[in-house]
This record gives sequence, C-alpha cells and structure tokens, in this order.
Amino acid sequence: MKLEELVILIATAVAAATPLVFAVIGETITERAGIVNLSADGTILLAGMAGFGAARATDSIWVGFLAAALVGAAVAAIVAYGAITLKQSQIAIGFILALLCADLSSFLGAPLVLQPGPQVPALPIPGLADVPIIGRIFFSSDGMVYASYLVIGLAWLYLYRMRGGLALRAVGEQPAAAFARGVPVVRLRYLYTILGGALIGIAGAAFTLDMKTGWTYRHTAGYGWIALAIVIFGGWNPLRGAMGAYLFGFLEALASFAQSRVPGVPTQVFAVLPFVLMILVLAATSGEWLTRLIQRAPPALRRLLSANLNAPAPAGLGKAFEQD
Amino acid sequence: MATPASAKTPSPGAAYRVGAIVVGLIFIAGLVLLTGHSPIDVLVAMVKAAFGTEDQFARVLATLVPLTLCACGLIFTFNAGLYNLGVEGQMIIGGIAATLALRLLQDSAPGPVAMAVAILAGIAGGVVWALLAGALNVFGRISEIFAGLGLNFVAQGLAVYLIFGPWKRPGVASMSGTAPFPETLWLPTIGKTEASPVALIAGLVVLVFTVIVMRNTYFGLRLRAVGLNPRSSTVQGIPATRYLLSAFALSGAMAGLAGGLQVLAIFHRLIPNISSNLGFLSLLIVMLGNFNALFVLPLAFFFSALNVGSLTLPIQFQLESALAGVIQGVLVLAALIGRGLSQQARARARAAAVRKG
Repeated sequence: MKLEELVILIATAVAAATPLVFAVIGETITERAGIVNLSADGTILLAGMAGFGAARATDSIWVGFLAAALVGAAVAAIVAYGAITLKQSQIAIGFILALLCADLSSFLGAPLVLQPGPQVPALPIPGLADVPIIGRIFFSSDGMVYASYLVIGLAWLYLYRMRGGLALRAVGEQPAAAFARGVPVVRLRYLYTILGGALIGIAGAAFTLDMKTGWTYRHTAGYGWIALAIVIFGGWNPLRGAMGAYLFGFLEALASFAQSRVPGVPTQVFAVLPFVLMILVLAATSGEWLTRLIQRAPPALRRLLSANLNAPAPAGLGKAFEQD
Repeated sequence: MATPASAKTPSPGAAYRVGAIVVGLIFIAGLVLLTGHSPIDVLVAMVKAAFGTEDQFARVLATLVPLTLCACGLIFTFNAGLYNLGVEGQMIIGGIAATLALRLLQDSAPGPVAMAVAILAGIAGGVVWALLAGALNVFGRISEIFAGLGLNFVAQGLAVYLIFGPWKRPGVASMSGTAPFPETLWLPTIGKTEASPVALIAGLVVLVFTVIVMRNTYFGLRLRAVGLNPRSSTVQGIPATRYLLSAFALSGAMAGLAGGLQVLAIFHRLIPNISSNLGFLSLLIVMLGNFNALFVLPLAFFFSALNVGSLTLPIQFQLESALAGVIQGVLVLAALIGRGLSQQARARARAAAVRKG
C-alpha cells in the first residue's frame, strides 16, 4: 500500500467515524449520569430521518440538525421519565424505544426514500488543510467532522476538569451521597440524559446529511448498537470512546478499500464485516480475563495498564434513585 | 387524589394503566391521520388482511409459531433476571444449523429423517449460541445484553457470508438466499397455506412445557429466586451459575428451533433475514405480558395478526407495513408507563394512609 493510499484510508476512517463520535459522546454523558439510554439505534434512525426531512423541506442543513437534536432529546426525555420518575427498568424502556423509533422512521420516512436532499458542504480549513498528511486526514473535510473534535474535547474537559462534570459523575457514581451534599440528582440526571439524547440525534443527521447522505429503509440500522458497545469499550471516557469510534471507522474504511481489491468476496460480506470485527475486538478487550491478565503484569506496567484499561462502570449506572 | 379513586376501583392505579393505553391508541390514530388515511379504514383493512381468507389466517398461525417459541424461551431468561437480546442471533444460528444438516443429508437420507436431524441441529445451534452469551456473562462478566447483541452481529455476518460465499446458489448469489431445497425436504402444510402442523404442534408442546415448568416445578421456583437475587440464592444453596446457564440454554434451544422451523416450513432455504426481527418482537411480547408464560399465546397471536394484517398496507394505502411495529412498540411502551404511573399512585396512596393513621 502506498503512503498516498494509506492517508486516504485514514481520512476516510475519520470521516466515517464522525456520526458515531457524536453518538458515543452522547451516550457516555448519559451513562456517566447513571442512566442507560438503550434506544440509541432507533433514535439515530428516527432523528436521522427527521433531520433529513426537515433539511429537505426548508433547504437548510441547520434546521435539519436542529430537528434531529430535538427528536433525540424527546426520545431521551421518555427514557428519563420512565427510568427516573417512574423507576421502571431502563433496559426495557430503552429497548422498546429502540424498536419503536426504528419502525416509526420506516413508517414516517417512506416519502423520503431515495429522494435528493441538501448535504453538509465540504470545508477544508485554509492553511491547515495544506499541511502534509495531517492536513489531508484531519482538516480537509467538513464542519461536522471539526465539530466532532470539539465535542470530544469539550466532553472530556467538562467531565474531568470542571465542577459541573464533577457533579455529573457524582450523580452517576454515588447518587445518594451527591444528594446529601446538595446536588440535585433528579434534575441533573434528566438534564444529561436529554443532552446526551440530543447528541445521539445529531449523530443521526450526521449520517443522513453528511456521511451516508439521503434516506432509505433502516438506513443506519446497527450503528446505534455498535455505539452502545463502544461506550463500554471506551470505559465511559470520551477520549477512549472516540478512539473506539475511530477504530470502527477504520474497519469500515478498510472494508470499502478491500472491496475493490479483493476479488471473489461479495460486497455484502464487506458490509457486515466491520460490525463483526468490531464485536470481536470488543470481546477481546473487555471482560474479566483482561483484568486477571493485568494483575499478572510487572508492577510498573500493571499500574500503567490498569489506569488505562480498567474502567469500571459508574457505580450507580442503571439503578433507580430513591430520594426519600 | 388517589383515595376516592381507590374506593371505586380495586387498585388505585388501574385508571393509569387504562389511560396510558388509551393515550397510546390516540397517538397511533394521530399518526395514521397524519398520512391522510382514516384510522378506522386502516384498522378494518388490517383485520380483514389477517383473518379474511384461510391463507391469511394460516399465515397468522405460521408467524405465531416462531413468536411463541422465542417468547417461551425468553420467559426463562427474563425470570432468571436476564435480558437475552441475543435471541435474534440464536434464531439465525438455528436456521444456519438446520440448513447445514439438510445440505449434508439431502442426497443420502430420506426426507423425514433429514428434516428431523435438521430440527435437532437447529435446536443445538441455538443452544451453543446462547451458551456462548451465557459463558461471556457468567464467567467473563460481560453484560448479557451486549454479549447477545454482539453475537447477533456475528450470526448475521455468518449468514451473509454463507449465502454469498460457500452456499451461494448456482449462478448468481443474492439477498434472496440459498437455492431452495427440493419439496421432499419441506415440512407438510395445511392445504396450500403456509401453516405447518408440525411447527404448530412444536410451538404448543413448548408452550405447555414452559407453563408447567414455570408454575409447577422447583426448577421454575428456584429460577425466579435466582432472578430476584443471584447472590442470596447462592447463599441459600441454589447453584446460581447452573440456573443462569440453564436459562440461556433453554432460551437458545427454543430460538434455535424457531430458526430451524423457519427454514423447514416457511422459506425452504436460508435467507439473510431468516429471523425477520421476530426474536426482538418476542422480547416485546414477554415484557408486555409481564414475564408471565400464560400471556404468551394471546399476545403472540395478537402481534402475529398485526404483522400479517400490516402486509396489506403498502398495497391498499401505499403505507409502510412498519405500522405494525409502531403499534406494537407504542402499546408496550404505554403498558410500561401505565404500570409505572399506577405503582406511583399506589405508593402515594400508601404514604397518605400512613400519614393519616
């Protein structure tokens, strides 16, 4: 493989991963606050359809992204209401909504199937785009890709370097203790579930208006489930979650790259291959056996590995909070 | 507010349950109105399309079988406290295993023998796939939800690979699946319809088995204990690990059987979408029935009728048949929210009673 090809491959990977980055960061924020929003796969479909439809109707991609964010926030609000206020199983609500939103997207999106629509315009950053290799990979795409860098950075800064992020994590780890210290647990859980849902919705529009433009039946099916898995793989950390999204983007880019070069293997196999490979990677890098392996490593290495690889779930994740 | 209501109704929250369903139905009617059609017309057409002719009713019965089988399996995993989202993959592997058995035996064994082996292979395939998720869950401490979802992708990938690779039909491989099996390898059907008596009997036997095991055996009782609290049941001498893995295996067996029967009785070949989302739909059925085996059959029948009835929507109204899934999803969501609201109302009524007394 020539250097030129490798650069194109990586640039494709970064672009392909962009919608997933939004979804992964959104879900990470939600889960850090202690709520699992399992509806991601359906939310991405419904918000992606709504975003495409709204952008097409108004000829404005801004309206499209706004509509997608609102749909994502609305679905997340149902999850929050059921989980936080009604104290029902978060898994059940999220799963029902995942299926329901997928079918809603098919039902309501029928008139949009294979219709032309607006797209996010290309926007190479003057100066930076001309830097060899780096410029081609990171600064020659469009606004959504650059926005995703910002979202990753801001999410990390907020979670680990700001007071608000401290409260967010406290609400997910030790809601009772946070409440005793005057943190409004219920309000914050609502806030971050809805905010996370809006980001997941934006991921949908990032597909339909940018990376996988247009709308078809079950246009983005599967990506939401992968995003949920990546959040776990990313140890509920925005930076590592983003790495997971880029890894998946790389697998997708690799599959489409190999498709034209490996004869005899049908296209359809390459379409499912990234999902299968990603699951195998996740299985290999999570789970108890890795923890055991780390414990056998020499002390210096062990400290480094466990700081970076061991990432326990937020202690209050998935549990209802009793305020009284 | 809950006190006067509780005087009239047996449970102070019953009104919420009914109210939530009514709101759900209004939402669905609104959606249909939005597309410019009358909800009544659509409803009548769907009922006619599900029950109008023998063929259509037979199709309802044919779809009822995989839904019942998967739902019965999920009764075990849900009662053990597990969300077996891998049921789709278990069904797919069942279909693949049954296809494999038929391919190996079609030239050497008589039809009925080949089909019997294929059914057993389907069951075995489902068990293996479910135990894989179970082992990841029990020994690898990976959430069964994500182990199952991950294995769904792997199963789907395997099916696509086989259909487009080693098992591709002579000529050109396509999404329509492998080459159909000869008619000697089709399960007999009632007349020329899609309903197969063998599949219906299998569904019925599994349903009776499930009801009996859950209601009348120590196994069912202990499984529920493990589901309520795995740690304390271990302390009380119930081997939780063994019960959890048994639940996975039973669920996988039934889903695998469903997948195998889809090959033998419905499609007569392996198709990429062999599970047709029926496994996920079964999860909704069991949730709606509050994990009770007695509700499986009526709810599965209702969901099956919706699925079959919705097939007329594109023809008669140029509407997507996905409306069936929308109705099913809205109803299950409404039931869940109604349950939450009624629990809340009851808790409030209790708190008020405590304050008074």
